[in-house]
Amino acid sequence: MELLLLIFLPLVGAILTSFIKGNGAKTIALIFSIISLVITGVIVCQFTPDASRQFVTDVSWIAQLGIHFNVGIDGISLITVILTNILTPLIILASYKRNYENSNAFYGLILFMQSGLIVVFTAFDAFLFYIGWEAALIPIYFICAMWGGKDRIKVNMKFFVYTIAGSLFMLLGIIYLYLQNPMHNFDINAFYALNLDTTQQSWIFWAFFLAFAIKMPVFPFHTWQPDTYTTAPAAGTMLLAGIMLKMGVYGAVRWLIPVVPQGTDTWLSLVMVLAVIGVVYASIIAFKQKDAKRLIAYSSVAHVGLIAAGVFAFTAQSLQGVMIQMLSHGINVIGLFFVLDIIYSRLKTNKIEELGGLAKVAPQLAIVFLIIMLGAVALPGTNGFIGEFLLLLSVYNYNAWLGAVAGLTIIFGAVYMFRTYQNMMLGETNALTAGFTDIKGSEKIVLYIICALVIIIGVYPKPLLHLSEASVQHLIEQVNQKLTGVN
Amino acid sequence: MNIIITIAVTALVVLYAGLFKAKKALLPLTLLGLLIAFGFTVCSWNNPVTYYGMLHVDNFALAFSGISIISTLLIFLLTQNYFASNSKNIAEYFTLILFALSGIIMMVSYKNLSMLFIGIEIMSVNLYILAGIRKLNFASNEASLKYFLMGAFSTGFLLFGITLIYGATGSFDIDVIQNNLVNSITTVSPLFYPGIILIMIGLCFKVGAAPFHFWTPDVYEGAPTLITTFMATVVKTAGFAAFLRLFAGAFEPLHDFWTPALGIIVIVTLCVGNITALYQKSFKRMLAYSSISHAGYLLFSLIIISSASANNIFVYASAYTLASVIAFAVLILVKQKTGSDVIESFNGLAKKNPFIAFALTVAMLSMAGIPLTAGFIGKYLMFLNVMHGYHLLLLVIAILNALIGFYYYFKVIVAMYFKEGHDVALETPMQYKLVFALSVVGILLIGIYPNIILNII
Repeated sequence: MELLLLIFLPLVGAILTSFIKGNGAKTIALIFSIISLVITGVIVCQFTPDASRQFVTDVSWIAQLGIHFNVGIDGISLITVILTNILTPLIILASYKRNYENSNAFYGLILFMQSGLIVVFTAFDAFLFYIGWEAALIPIYFICAMWGGKDRIKVNMKFFVYTIAGSLFMLLGIIYLYLQNPMHNFDINAFYALNLDTTQQSWIFWAFFLAFAIKMPVFPFHTWQPDTYTTAPAAGTMLLAGIMLKMGVYGAVRWLIPVVPQGTDTWLSLVMVLAVIGVVYASIIAFKQKDAKRLIAYSSVAHVGLIAAGVFAFTAQSLQGVMIQMLSHGINVIGLFFVLDIIYSRLKTNKIEELGGLAKVAPQLAIVFLIIMLGAVALPGTNGFIGEFLLLLSVYNYNAWLGAVAGLTIIFGAVYMFRTYQNMMLGETNALTAGFTDIKGSEKIVLYIICALVIIIGVYPKPLLHLSEASVQHLIEQVNQKLTGVN
Repeated sequence: MNIIITIAVTALVVLYAGLFKAKKALLPLTLLGLLIAFGFTVCSWNNPVTYYGMLHVDNFALAFSGISIISTLLIFLLTQNYFASNSKNIAEYFTLILFALSGIIMMVSYKNLSMLFIGIEIMSVNLYILAGIRKLNFASNEASLKYFLMGAFSTGFLLFGITLIYGATGSFDIDVIQNNLVNSITTVSPLFYPGIILIMIGLCFKVGAAPFHFWTPDVYEGAPTLITTFMATVVKTAGFAAFLRLFAGAFEPLHDFWTPALGIIVIVTLCVGNITALYQKSFKRMLAYSSISHAGYLLFSLIIISSASANNIFVYASAYTLASVIAFAVLILVKQKTGSDVIESFNGLAKKNPFIAFALTVAMLSMAGIPLTAGFIGKYLMFLNVMHGYHLLLLVIAILNALIGFYYYFKVIVAMYFKEGHDVALETPMQYKLVFALSVVGILLIGIYPNIILNII
């Protein structure tokens, strides 16, 4: 029941919002997203942290095609649901000061997307998963293309065609699995239980992997990402970087590796190398960026590369790292993008060299920015540390050399992040930055909440890790059973 | 039978109403007639009857009759102010469309090849006139002439094929033909092979499958838009129903013989339709080419014939029809206002006309095959079908074409929402709003809860 509310309440909110003229839309959207957050809180309290699926609703949807509306929450889903429902109100609140044209459509689309995301993260039916996957894509396309900046049409068309290409291949994979399934349904357990030979698994692996790799994005499928992040409106960037790319990560954990373990095994080394290349490559490009938003976009590619490596290492340690890092990365990256958006909305630039001395005129902004940035570079005691540590450790366990190369990300990240901070915040003010005003009102609330999350999760991550532990363990046992069972 | 009679009688009544200058009564009379015909369709459900060995009205025929009648109804709702601005004698439009519809009902319910031929002719002759009904318009005349020449030519192929089949079996009855084939599958008369190929060519002309599609864009562009709507939706659907009835029924035993030929036609149709649509500046021509590519997807169910083929075509055709009606209706409104049908004239449409823009967006998403719209269910069924037969090449081509489709369908959405435009408010009559609302609800309903029309046949 609670889960159904999480799925359908934003939808109701979206419809309601789109009929409201003027400024009321954002308030309604905020109220709906906060209600979702409260319900999430209730779910977390009622959740028993074992490997089982809870809050399950399974009804036949399109009976003739064997499609069920089958949703539920286990530990892995729970983390992503928490992520979505914490970040959505923050994102809405973050755009509170902005006056978007047609704001009713804007907030309606955000809520619609939230609903799609929850479906993705809780679906246990492959067809439903696919529907949610696409239902989350359409609104973000409109958000980015309608309220974005320069070149938004071209850039977003690229983004859209890229992602939809990936998902079409995934659809083929899903149809193939459905046809192989003697029960003729899309149930995840039936998919887990399928006995496919290695060739079949390889094909399915690529069909799914393309979709997830484009979404995350993993090198070399990342080319849509920096442009899209840069041109998108602030809320769009936050949605993309904060939540949407976790769809790819979640998809790989839930639908790729457990369904085709042998297929994954066959291509594992290639994927790991690609992921680590992404980490290093994106870090190096980030060095060179003059635009802070683009820099964060590339740093996000680097972080996600590490998460991807963790996903495919597929040990209890690495998956736990993935879980906590999904959450942390989401929080940090929307914090960073929000700070940049605040600067942009006042100075109309995000060029690093044009800024400077902001700390003098806006000390509060400087402090919260520093805290979030420390989280992003994974300083011990911040939320980024625990995840990054687990991930690097598991990459190292997979292959020491890869681990060493991936470890460079910490150094690189620290260098380009702090250099950016130094150039933007420290030093003397210039003509442009002298009149900068410090954060206030809703900006303060959002950034304080984010900072609090950075520190709380950094200092005491145990409850979160505990939520997903049993499910992760269970998933790994399942995969190992399948791997040993066939060999 | 009662359906055909109702429609034909309505046509005559409307003609007389026109004679007595009862202009106001035309539309209500037509709608009433169509509703009665639809009522008969619903009443005859699950009650197959054969009339004189000529027509076999089974659920298949009724389903396709129903969708044809409903789409014609929607199109008639769009006639307000449309014909009146073109001509004084609007009763003729109504009559001709209704007669064409009666031909279409024969096409979807024939049991005898002569009935197929007569149905196609009744439909086509009316359409030749309708395409050229703007006597003083050059494009309209060109469309009519082209359509007539090509149509006559293709009917020739069809007839030649039918005679060859008759030569082989001594019967026009499709059941007799099928039995003949089943009983003598090892010693099939050689006349069958050219006969099947010729009939296939004739029907491919009618449904606008490549490489027999060259008439489509010009005719669609030249004909009055409302007539184009009728041709792109009802006529096309009927063509596929006729195709399926013959090839999935009578010629099914020779499946292995004609599948490769049809497979090539499908691939060419998909690629030609989509790639050419990509380069169109005119929205109307883009829709014409996209209709060619949709014909390609529809032909999928003929390549792999299963018990679900008929239903797949029905679902796909319904989805496509609803979306097309919206697209053409918006085109009519835009053209009335701006006088042009290039995609640029849609620029900035969403600002002043949010509802129309939303309806057209839903239509385009459905045509592109985005989930939660009817078009996705249609495409999904087609993919499922092809996957079932493991035709990998077809599948890859279908996927690539779906991608191309996204690109040009989104061009319209991009124009409406993301580009600066003229900020004109379109004058939208009540009936148009009704059609938009009905079609959008239909598309979303089929998209979200397709149970209602899956397994209907």
